[in-house]
Amino acid sequence: MTIRSSLFGAVAAALLLTAGASGARAQDAHAQPRPHRMSWSFAGPFGMYDPAQLQRGFKVFKEVCAACHSANYLYFRNLAQEGGPHFTEAQAKQVASEYQITDGPNDAGDMFQRPGRLSDHWPAPFPNDNAARAANGGALPPDFSVLAKARSYHVGFPGFITDAFIQYQEHGVDYIHALLTGYEDAPAGVHLQPGLNYNVYFPGHQIAMPKPLSDGQVDYTDGSPQTVDQYSQDVAAFMMWVAEPHLDQRKRIGFQVMIFLIVLGGLLYFTKKKVWSNVAH
Amino acid sequence: MSMRLPCCVRPVAGGFRGRRLRDVHRDDNIIGDCAVAHTETSDTTTRRDFLYIATGAVGAVGAAAMAWPFISQLQPDASVLALSTTEVDLSPIAEGQIVTVQWRGKPIFISHRTPAEIKSAVDTPLSDLKDPQPDSARVKTGKEQWLVVIGICTHLGCVPLGHQGQYNGWFCPCHGSVYDTSGRIRQGPAPLNLELPPYAFTTDTKIVIG
Amino acid sequence: MEGHSTYQPKGKVAQWFESRLPIVGLIHSSAIAYPVPKNLNYMWTFGAILSFMLVCQIVSGVVLAMHYVAYAPVSFARVEHIMRDVNYGWLIRYIHANGASMFFIAVYIHIFRGMYYGSYKAPREVLWILGVIIYLLMMATAFMGYVLPWGQMSFWGATVITNLFSAIPWVGTTIVEWLWGGYSVGDPTLNRFFSLHYLLPFMIAGVVGLHIWALHHVGQNNPDGVDIKNVAKDSVPFTPYATIKDIFAMVVFLIFFSWFIFYIPNYLGHSDNYIPANPLSTPAHIVPEWYFLPFYAILRSIPDKLGGVLAMFAAIAVLAFLPWLDTSKVRSAKYRPLFRQFFWVFAVVAVLLGYMGSQPAEGGALIISRILTAYYFIHFLVILPLLGLFERPKPVPASIADAVLAKAKGGAVVVAGAAGPETK
Ligand code: HEM
Ligand code: FES
Repeated sequence: MTIRSSLFGAVAAALLLTAGASGARAQDAHAQPRPHRMSWSFAGPFGMYDPAQLQRGFKVFKEVCAACHSANYLYFRNLAQEGGPHFTEAQAKQVASEYQITDGPNDAGDMFQRPGRLSDHWPAPFPNDNAARAANGGALPPDFSVLAKARSYHVGFPGFITDAFIQYQEHGVDYIHALLTGYEDAPAGVHLQPGLNYNVYFPGHQIAMPKPLSDGQVDYTDGSPQTVDQYSQDVAAFMMWVAEPHLDQRKRIGFQVMIFLIVLGGLLYFTKKKVWSNVAH
Repeated sequence: MSMRLPCCVRPVAGGFRGRRLRDVHRDDNIIGDCAVAHTETSDTTTRRDFLYIATGAVGAVGAAAMAWPFISQLQPDASVLALSTTEVDLSPIAEGQIVTVQWRGKPIFISHRTPAEIKSAVDTPLSDLKDPQPDSARVKTGKEQWLVVIGICTHLGCVPLGHQGQYNGWFCPCHGSVYDTSGRIRQGPAPLNLELPPYAFTTDTKIVIG
Repeated sequence: MEGHSTYQPKGKVAQWFESRLPIVGLIHSSAIAYPVPKNLNYMWTFGAILSFMLVCQIVSGVVLAMHYVAYAPVSFARVEHIMRDVNYGWLIRYIHANGASMFFIAVYIHIFRGMYYGSYKAPREVLWILGVIIYLLMMATAFMGYVLPWGQMSFWGATVITNLFSAIPWVGTTIVEWLWGGYSVGDPTLNRFFSLHYLLPFMIAGVVGLHIWALHHVGQNNPDGVDIKNVAKDSVPFTPYATIKDIFAMVVFLIFFSWFIFYIPNYLGHSDNYIPANPLSTPAHIVPEWYFLPFYAILRSIPDKLGGVLAMFAAIAVLAFLPWLDTSKVRSAKYRPLFRQFFWVFAVVAVLLGYMGSQPAEGGALIISRILTAYYFIHFLVILPLLGLFERPKPVPASIADAVLAKAKGGAVVVAGAAGPETK
């Protein structure tokens, strides 16, 4: 008994120490506030993209972000595919034809420009990374293709465990929304490096991207508020779709699979019981 | 396909299973199905068999459904499907010239036919053909000078050579199939005429294949 | 084993074939008639689950390899091509990426099951060591697989792990450059890792074959840790008893697996691996996949390069010596009250080590890691040898049938003579 209780005492002490140590660390790591959890239409087991929101987000991307950011794995054809912004094929073709794509070489050996087609990917604003850096004060605007899955924030214990149960996967879009709405004047005493801007949510707070969005900047035709907050949510949702274009299908199939497995599991449970019913075990 | 229980009422060949259960039954005073089983009605048998059949059937359906994604992934993917149209400018192609372009990874022959070639194709009686088809069915009305065919021999898939063979159409070097100026099979082992791709004129001198 | 040669083919053709290649008899004896202790609990279904996961990884991996290209400038894009364009490519990739984690969850349960019930003890030492080899091969396979998508974590994980070998005195640098095929992790490294990642699972399958052979030769251990004495009384035939139980457990495991595939497919991965590999910039906080974290914590807890690497490898190697480090004659923790306590302490320590491995190695966290690392080794090298000498085990049942009977009656165990002689 004594051994037992002292062992458990030791384990409890170790647990406390561990929690304490990580808690102390957590405090200084969190000088940067944790992004707010927004209510995303695509969160949770039945969450799906809202095509209207994706269309608005696409507009923000096209008119604002795409001036500096590429989206190399986004193809014009994707705009008309299932589970996306639900543009018609004609609309997607129209968007594509607004862009000039470099093709070639032709029979004379020259590269040439032609209007975009559905099979083209979204044209990058700069011919290469160095050109992009040169035009942006030395900083490279990251590609949008999987950016919403490439960003996250520290959740810590026990939040990271509960997230697995509530199926929370929207850390990337939370962060993007927070970043886009997180521009502020640098607090007194903070020395901003030349060319950098103060952002509450950016790691280190000094970000090369100037505040990209302001109220009223992009015209919405569906009556949604034309605010930085709304723009940020919409473009973040759009980026999530660009990063995970099959989310709707995934969750739909997932639901069918779950139901199927539960039924099969139930049948197997009774079969197993029946098979074992004549054996003591 | 019901799963059969090795039970004492149903001794199983091989001894071991039946023996084991009898022993368990006798020595361990286990009250289980076996005791009941001696007086088992056909009703309980049916219910049990139903459970086994239902479980097996649901499992089989699941296994089949699971196989689908693994089969489907072999089909052309979305990026391949998106490349399925090719646009061709015909203006640089001189009369009497055949050019080859690519569509879906296949060679497409575009033949700018001379009046003599058109005439020989039109004048051929259908009775001379292995795969009878009039020339008019192989070209667009008013554009008879343009023959657009898939450049794959209908025998076993080689690419025939242009302006060769007895009919001055195509000759396949692999096993000697001969096609005429309309791309119709005339001699050799190939069974069918050269296939026509779907295409349309967008202007007088431009076509879109696919 | 009894029951092994009872198979008699019925048809003439079957008899002709069987007398030339007795494969149906082999299947019959190992998957149908094979006697299974009747007191096994659900911890014993993880062997079947592991076999299933190996097949699942091989099937999904072979399909991924049909679309993947191991070439540094395009590998990241190819994985995204699988995710976006290939029919159900997202599903197959999420099955494979999460499948690796499920494989490790199952193997850890399997290993801890063996440690709890003393499954490594005579005559199962070789069986156990084959298991440790499978575990090592799995780690190598998963590590190299994680490099293939060529994201930031792929690249820097490969850099850090291959650099472990640079700790070897004198020849370290040469060995590392030989592993890389260059002066840093690069395209040659990616290519050889792909080749080996394709090969190793089949070697695992081979060792699994040996593992099962050894198992069927010595027979399964069971929660009471007593051998089958009377096949008729103590065991049930594999089919249908174990088969149906394994399939049921597998489906329950699949529900768990599907939760990850369909709803939180990126939960176990790291967001930095969605950033293409950049040899010029290391992510702020690099961590290996969760299944390596305890060993990673051990590596970092030693303030010496060579020492850290040796400790890490020793932490795995010590498992192979477990059959000789545990001096107790009694197998199952069920009859070893003290060992049972220490087992759970060890399990908690292992989990905590994993947690510490995920935290930045600094300040208090480092000190805790060191204490936990020390305990990890003390458990194997001090506690287990001594426990066998000083612990007084509870009386062990004479047979499985007795144990089952006792359980049914809810009463005390049928005593197999005096308890004393069971201890050394
Ligand atoms: C023991 C079995 C196996 C394990 C534990 C394993 C593990 C892994 C892991 C952890 C990854 C990285 C997943 C990611 O984050 O993207 C991966 C990727 C990959 N594996 Fe395997 N694997 C196994 C078997 C195989 C086999 C047999 C093949 C067949 C060639 C294969 C082909 C691939 C390919 C092509 C990738 C890269 C695509 C991707 O990242 O999703 N794997 N594997
Ligand atoms: S493939 Fe053309 S003749 Fe055989």
